[in-house]
Amino acid sequence: MAVESDDRAAVHAEGIVKRYGPTVALDGARLTVRPGEAHALVGRNGAGKSTLVSVLTGMERPDAGRVTFGDEPAPGWGDTAAWQRKVACVYQKSMTVPELTVAENLYLNRFHGERTIRWRSLRERARELLAEYGVEVDPAARIRDLGVEQRQFVEIARALSFGARLIILDEPTARLDAGGIDRLFGKLRSLRAQGVAFLFISHHLQEVYELCDTVTVFRDARHVLTAPVAGLAEDDLVGAMTGERAGAARTARTARTAGEPLLRAEGLAADGHFAPLDLTVRAGEVVGLAGATASGNTAIGETLVGLRAPDGGRIAVRGRPVRTGSVPHALDAGIGYVPEDRHREGLILGRSVAENATLAVADQLGPMGTVLPSRTRAFARRMIAALDIKTTGPGQPVSGLSGGNQQKVVIARALAREPAVLVAIRPTNGVDVKSKGALLGVVREVADGGSGAVIVSDELDDLRICDRVLAVFHGRVTTEFTGGWRDHELVAAMEGMGSETSPGTQDTAGTEGTAP
Amino acid sequence: MTETASPPATEAVDAPPVRSRPRIDPARWRDFSLVPVIFVLGVIGFIVSPAFLTQDNLIGVIQQSTELGLLVLGEALILISGRMDLSLESTIGLAPVIALWLVMPAHGARFAGLELFPAWTAIPLCLAVGAAVGATNGFLILKLRVNGFIATLGMLTMLRGLQVGISEGRSIGNVPESFAYLGKAEWLGIPAAVWICLALFAVGGAALGYLRHGRALYAIGGNPEAARAAGVRVDRITWIVLAVGGVLAAFAGILYTGHYGAVSASQGNGWIFQVFAAAVIGGISLRGGRGTLFGALTGVLTLQLVINVMTLGGVPPLWTQFLNGMIIIIALVISRFTSGEKQD
Repeated sequence: MAVESDDRAAVHAEGIVKRYGPTVALDGARLTVRPGEAHALVGRNGAGKSTLVSVLTGMERPDAGRVTFGDEPAPGWGDTAAWQRKVACVYQKSMTVPELTVAENLYLNRFHGERTIRWRSLRERARELLAEYGVEVDPAARIRDLGVEQRQFVEIARALSFGARLIILDEPTARLDAGGIDRLFGKLRSLRAQGVAFLFISHHLQEVYELCDTVTVFRDARHVLTAPVAGLAEDDLVGAMTGERAGAARTARTARTAGEPLLRAEGLAADGHFAPLDLTVRAGEVVGLAGATASGNTAIGETLVGLRAPDGGRIAVRGRPVRTGSVPHALDAGIGYVPEDRHREGLILGRSVAENATLAVADQLGPMGTVLPSRTRAFARRMIAALDIKTTGPGQPVSGLSGGNQQKVVIARALAREPAVLVAIRPTNGVDVKSKGALLGVVREVADGGSGAVIVSDELDDLRICDRVLAVFHGRVTTEFTGGWRDHELVAAMEGMGSETSPGTQDTAGTEGTAP
Repeated sequence: MTETASPPATEAVDAPPVRSRPRIDPARWRDFSLVPVIFVLGVIGFIVSPAFLTQDNLIGVIQQSTELGLLVLGEALILISGRMDLSLESTIGLAPVIALWLVMPAHGARFAGLELFPAWTAIPLCLAVGAAVGATNGFLILKLRVNGFIATLGMLTMLRGLQVGISEGRSIGNVPESFAYLGKAEWLGIPAAVWICLALFAVGGAALGYLRHGRALYAIGGNPEAARAAGVRVDRITWIVLAVGGVLAAFAGILYTGHYGAVSASQGNGWIFQVFAAAVIGGISLRGGRGTLFGALTGVLTLQLVINVMTLGGVPPLWTQFLNGMIIIIALVISRFTSGEKQD
């Protein structure tokens, strides 16, 4: 069988197909990374990046397609040790054992043929290994005492010690601060000089321009573009990700004259999640908090509804201060909450629509702490009618509803107390396209009815109904969009290319504007 | 011993690691956190009763620690690898009963056995029963993936019932000499059980510290995914650990039977609570991946000393249960703060 792949490639994959049931996660995907290259893999959520990583690291077996490393075919499926010698992945989630020392984690389960472990020599070897790659970490320290950055260095050193010359970094900067990112990049550059290739998966285009030579864009399970980073305009890159040509203007809602301020947050801050922030939501207004995973926008939403205690700052509803960090107080003050994960926080699946919808208003359903079934049903019927929930009746268990209708029940519950402000975190997560429109319509109606709403999301569709959108990047609001914005502008802001940077900037180091 | 604890991790980044200076891992100190507690208990015991510091009393305390100690040893290994086994307290009674049932004469004695095997096989049979119980737990937890807590709780009840059924609810006396020897012999003036127990703790501690498979227990308990990614056979090792736990419980049963000359129907009944208390007080994390056998041993000694001091202090027997529970809670709180770590 003729192998026509490039012999010089650190990894070459082509025609990769991977299906999960009816979902096609990868459809004929291809990727080539050359030795010593820093290759970026970008794409919106669901583009197929993680699946490709699983295939390239031997964790998932593709349904079709071929992977080669250098001039050799990929190891057999399940031969973990052989895969580890070819490629290593540093995941966002740490693959180290926190209670053990750095030295032991480096050589976990491969103590080199000794019958008993000689700790002194193990530490010595670990020291040499770390020194070889210039990682300044004490081999006798326990992993749990290290910071995120040092843990990543240890994982990179471990990966290299297996002999892998291709390292996949999955969102390595998501949990690092600016200094840590600088040091990580410095380390990666020096390793590249030693011939190590990197596949860098990132939501932050700024970092792609700073670190990488080549970028590959995936969209909807397909390979869209591979190009040198230098010479690729930012607009074109974002365009490839969104599938929309830059300049194709799409006007979002125009800002209307907003009413009195309903929710006001001043100097709200949570260390490690987001920087001090002022936010005002007025009557009749929907405010979007846009941001990629781990950008801090979810944390802001959770702080507003009292799930998360802030390190500083005040929240007031209709001018009355709210005790922060307490969900009951937030509810009483009039902040309704539609949680991110409806299965975990939103619904009691085995219980009926009526019970779920009235969970937050159980005190209004009968005298002296009783809950009258008749009032519960009546209340639920009103909600079912108002939100057009498709159900056989108030008594149907929520588990029997479709995703979109389940989410409507969650919103019904949040609306049951007639909140002044509704805070929804990724409200259309996992909901089909048709329900999406209906759900967002409900949120819009709530605002049009004189309340305020906040939508925390990274989905452009969710943000389109907003009057104002604040883009959050690394815990800071970088840009505010009022009135009409274009998809690629917002995506660029969420990915760390602030609007201050003029479009088309190709200088790889010239994007300090938005760095925190 | 060195003069300082380790420098904070941030220093290690800026400065190159120091090469020569031997370091003391702060984790090592936690293992000794109960040593002062044991010392204080000794002083209290001395004040409470002059009988405390006699050789007979101290040897008695240590001998009573051996059976509990072996259960704690097994449980500690299981807990470190991130599992738990409640059925150990039934294995300590059931394993000797089955072994004796298989070897005891069919006629003549009060308890009629099957006389299938010669008397000398009683000890190997007993250990085999322990291994079988542990392997069954492993099958339930690792193959069928049922909840370990409830599965071993069910095993606890089932095995206790099996023991009562076989022994017809009575104690079994007249055990073969070979079976009773280890529990009552004295070597160098100290009960053989104490030597054996110390030796097993030493072997276990060395295995955990210096063998690849021993270290694997910490990796499995600390982060099973990382262990699997590093090539550790997570399920197989966990299974072996559960079986070893059963064997140790069966061995504790042998020592206990020899010590008292008979297997009572309630042998080990209610011990599991003390086993867990001793392990946790000794610094073993219930979430796995943390703790040492030395710590577990000090936990056992602490518990037994408290009970001994209470007995010598003349606490009315009707109040011992109340005080037992209270003291375990106090000991937990003390060890929580002396070790400075949450016992989650």
